[in-house]
Amino acid sequence: MLISMNWIKDFVDLEGLDVAALVNQFTLSTAEVEDVYHKGERITGIVTARVVAAENHPNSKKLHLLRVDDGGAVHDVVCGAPNARAGIIVALARLGAQVGDLAIKEVQLAGYPSRGMCCSEAELGISADHTGILEFPENTPLGVDIKEILPVDDVVFEVDNKSLTNRPDLWGHYGIAREFSVLTGRALRALDVFDLTPYENLPAVAIEAEDGGLLYRYTSIQMKNIKRKYSTSKMRIRLFYCGMRGINLLTDLTNYVMLELGQPMHAFDAAKVDRIEVRRFAEAFPFRTLDGAERTIPPEALMICSGGQPVAIAGIMGGEASSIGDDTSSVLLESANFDGVNVRRVSQKLGLRTDASQRYEKTLDPELTATAVGRFAQLLREADPGAEVTTRLTDVYVKRFAPIAFGVEKSYIDRMAGVNVPEEQIERTLRGLGFGLELADGRLQVQVPSWRATKDVSIPADIVEEVMRVYGYDNIEPLTTKSALRPVAPAPQKLLREQVKDCLVERFCLHEAHTYIWYNSVRWKKLGLPAEDGLRLSNAQAAQCSVLRTSILPSLLECTDNNKNTRPDFGLFEVGKIIDGAKPDGAANEREALGIVLFSKTAGEKELYLRLRDIIASLGERLRRVQFTFAAAEPRYPWQHPKNTVSIAGGGQELGFLSLLAARNRQLIDGKAAIAVAQLDMQLFTALAAQPLAYRVPPKFPGINYDLSLLLLPELRYAELEAVLRGAECPYLREITVIDLYDGEKASITLRLAFQSDEKSLTFEEIKQYVDEMLRQLGEKGIYLKA
Amino acid sequence: MDWLEELKAAFAQEFAQAADGAALEQLRVKYLGKNGRITKALAEPGGAASAEALLEIRKELNTLKKAAGAEISVKAEQLRQSAIDAAELQTPRYDTSLPLRLEKGSYAPITLIQREVEAIFESMGFTVEDYAEVTDEYNCFEALNIPPYHPARDMQDTFYLENGQVLKTHTSAAQNTIMRKYGAPLRAVFPGRCFRNEAIDANHDNTFFQMEGMMIDRDISISNLIYFMKIMLSEVFGRPVKVRLRPGFFPFVEPGFELDINCLICGGEGCPSCGHSGWLELCPCGMIHPNVLRHGGIDTEQYTGFAFGLGLTRLAMMKYGIKDIRDLNSGSLKVLAQFV
Repeated sequence: MLISMNWIKDFVDLEGLDVAALVNQFTLSTAEVEDVYHKGERITGIVTARVVAAENHPNSKKLHLLRVDDGGAVHDVVCGAPNARAGIIVALARLGAQVGDLAIKEVQLAGYPSRGMCCSEAELGISADHTGILEFPENTPLGVDIKEILPVDDVVFEVDNKSLTNRPDLWGHYGIAREFSVLTGRALRALDVFDLTPYENLPAVAIEAEDGGLLYRYTSIQMKNIKRKYSTSKMRIRLFYCGMRGINLLTDLTNYVMLELGQPMHAFDAAKVDRIEVRRFAEAFPFRTLDGAERTIPPEALMICSGGQPVAIAGIMGGEASSIGDDTSSVLLESANFDGVNVRRVSQKLGLRTDASQRYEKTLDPELTATAVGRFAQLLREADPGAEVTTRLTDVYVKRFAPIAFGVEKSYIDRMAGVNVPEEQIERTLRGLGFGLELADGRLQVQVPSWRATKDVSIPADIVEEVMRVYGYDNIEPLTTKSALRPVAPAPQKLLREQVKDCLVERFCLHEAHTYIWYNSVRWKKLGLPAEDGLRLSNAQAAQCSVLRTSILPSLLECTDNNKNTRPDFGLFEVGKIIDGAKPDGAANEREALGIVLFSKTAGEKELYLRLRDIIASLGERLRRVQFTFAAAEPRYPWQHPKNTVSIAGGGQELGFLSLLAARNRQLIDGKAAIAVAQLDMQLFTALAAQPLAYRVPPKFPGINYDLSLLLLPELRYAELEAVLRGAECPYLREITVIDLYDGEKASITLRLAFQSDEKSLTFEEIKQYVDEMLRQLGEKGIYLKA
Repeated sequence: MDWLEELKAAFAQEFAQAADGAALEQLRVKYLGKNGRITKALAEPGGAASAEALLEIRKELNTLKKAAGAEISVKAEQLRQSAIDAAELQTPRYDTSLPLRLEKGSYAPITLIQREVEAIFESMGFTVEDYAEVTDEYNCFEALNIPPYHPARDMQDTFYLENGQVLKTHTSAAQNTIMRKYGAPLRAVFPGRCFRNEAIDANHDNTFFQMEGMMIDRDISISNLIYFMKIMLSEVFGRPVKVRLRPGFFPFVEPGFELDINCLICGGEGCPSCGHSGWLELCPCGMIHPNVLRHGGIDTEQYTGFAFGLGLTRLAMMKYGIKDIRDLNSGSLKVLAQFV
């Protein structure tokens, strides 16, 4: 919102104060100022002057040769404005003047010298009008700096609208002026309001309102015999500086009052609208708003009607048909208050957010409507003294906000602030802001002014804010607390998560990625990853992103695809949330999962698969001292390899799975690369009890290594082989190491069995019987020594 | 005895001449071997005039034998070491300026910044808490004093699930659960991923990280809030930062603030990064609203508290100079691999 300092000065005397400091103080105590504009700063040396002679330029159809008299001298000016003519009084920028970015110098225009420039309003920055040069009234004295006639100089600052969300009272200059009055300690002037009590015997405006709870108050008056069409320059410049534009007197006045008080108003042409009905319609219907757009009005919209005909969308925008036109001479004024939530909802549905609707959204003070009517009448009579009031102030006041009053201990303010705030300062601040206040025995009894009572201030903590923001947060000394310190233990799942990350990054050189929580069915389709059936968002940004991921791997596979040409080998991982369907009560079954993808153009599938298995196994060993087991499992997802998929288990609990990527998906990423994936449930992993470190005294006696070379059977898993060897129950067998593995036609394996006793040196004879037993049992399975 | 002196002299001369291991070995065999001159002389020493003289000769020969053996092995060892040293000097000087061949993994930038901030708060006795990403309207809004129909609850801002749950829009959604878990007094930080239904551009993503913090105890004040924020931000940026509070409105705090820090780029002079104001808006915070405390089962007569929300994503961008927020969730190794 744009705020004019000239306007503020109507209500508070800021004489002698530094504007930059004031604006900074406003940011620190009230709301953020985003920008400050010094209007008129680059407009100098421009005076009133009369065009004493005008003739057409001999070499141009558009240009005129003017002789312009500033009261002291006559200047030759070449001017292209269509309204340039003899007799008018204009704004003349003489040589040496500054008009925005333009420094006025003598120039030749189509062969004639021009020693000055006649300015348009747009060139002076006081309106958007550049259709012609500015004309002053006939009786304007010559040679006067235009800044003495027009309020060109102003400081305008822009307040961040978001920081005014909870302050309905700050949506007009008067409310802002109240803040400045408190911040500077200078008095706030009362508003000039036209006294409408003498008109109480006039007939009322006919107002009918449905009982739907959406209308809080409707205040109206009718005025006739309005002759003046346009508002004063002062008013138009203020409107323009504050982001609006002058249109016609009545429309400008409604806008002016809105910018001044924050109360939106609407002026109907009383010849077209002479009675008011406020109602909703059962069905949607088309309606042309005064911006010329045809809109479909939803049934929840509250409409202002006249004689059954809709004339305005309540709180948002008036209709085209009933708007103020050139021939309007009487006005029916609306100053109303509507339910803010409904205004916001309808304005969103219509995609139409207006100056009015964004104010109503904030829940305005309904007390304002009558004040605004009085202010409108005052300003209209000032502009056009002939305007007559023809109805009484008619007021349908449906919903009043209850007055708010409560007690606050002064000690509460001090305790919350951490400083001792002088009572006198509390009093001055609250009274200045309009609060009713009684102060006795360290206790404040406050009465909240109506403009702060719609939703803003209701509890003692709100009073702390009012007092302290004016006290100045910068004036509070930062202090540590007196709270006792207690040791804190990290949450187990959090601890494990960080350990997993460290292990994967530091030991296995993987890269941690972050990906989105939803599927992207379009992009993933290219990788042959079908959208899962999972819980859905009801308002996803794109339809293809509506399903919440049930596995963390597809998004990592997408990353893999994006990175496949950056390097031949890499591993990605993410520790993140997945939504594995719904729990029995319907709530999302949110799990934390670890996903890993290994990609390699140099390693074979088998090598990569086993490398990932090693990584997973080392997480179990390193972080829980648990040996994970890998057992053949059915793929859960179609992108898992049909044969090379295993479950990962630890402590008897299934924790996740490890797979090669299915061939079809692999082809879609890179047919020549190997890709292995794994997913672990972090909650189950966390719950897995860590095993104690089992220390074994180092052996004192030499052990014996015994190598066996065995012919392998197809489909035989090493685990079965080891089970047979261990099955011989040799008390001395410690470690079994694979020395050699031959995968060819006659697959074979060479194992080294390490025998060791804690009591004695072993002899070959002592272990021979066990080895024989092992070979016998192997023979039963059809496994024999390699010849 | 002349022959003895001659033997000694001969050995000494040949010993001096032996220049390598092989020559020494020859010398050892020649003098100390089975048929060596000293060995033989010991067996049959000649020219002794008396038994005493013979004893004397033997003694002297034995001394010679010992000395010769020792000298040979010392010199052999010296020659062996010299040979090693000489060979060593033959090796080339290796070039350690060659590019590193270390394979390196990397952390997500958020992980790095999060760990850093967590460590600061842990050192001040704050617990670090986890919270869900899918929550409900009660935790995300109602318990935080955000009334129904508040704009924050709009579909434009919040992702709703078809079952009526929401993706958490802010880490504040954990406040209620954490207050209920610990009661007062309490100091906790809770980082987490948040979601907002926003259009994505270089400065906005619909998925981002925050870290919320709360401190509740008797007499917690605005003054304490400023203190902890100052400490934390000074640690994060590794230098003292100036902070200021401005009024800011958030339904779950009262009074509520926007915390600005002195622009780190211009030091407060004003530059394009801070919109020439000298200040950067960093962290919404405030005194926890009594309604929020009550929802969390905290006695508002006894306890007050502050809360703050720190944009971890934003902090990571500031700290590492990441210009485009989309880099963070891109999964691109060109981005990720830098954060070792």
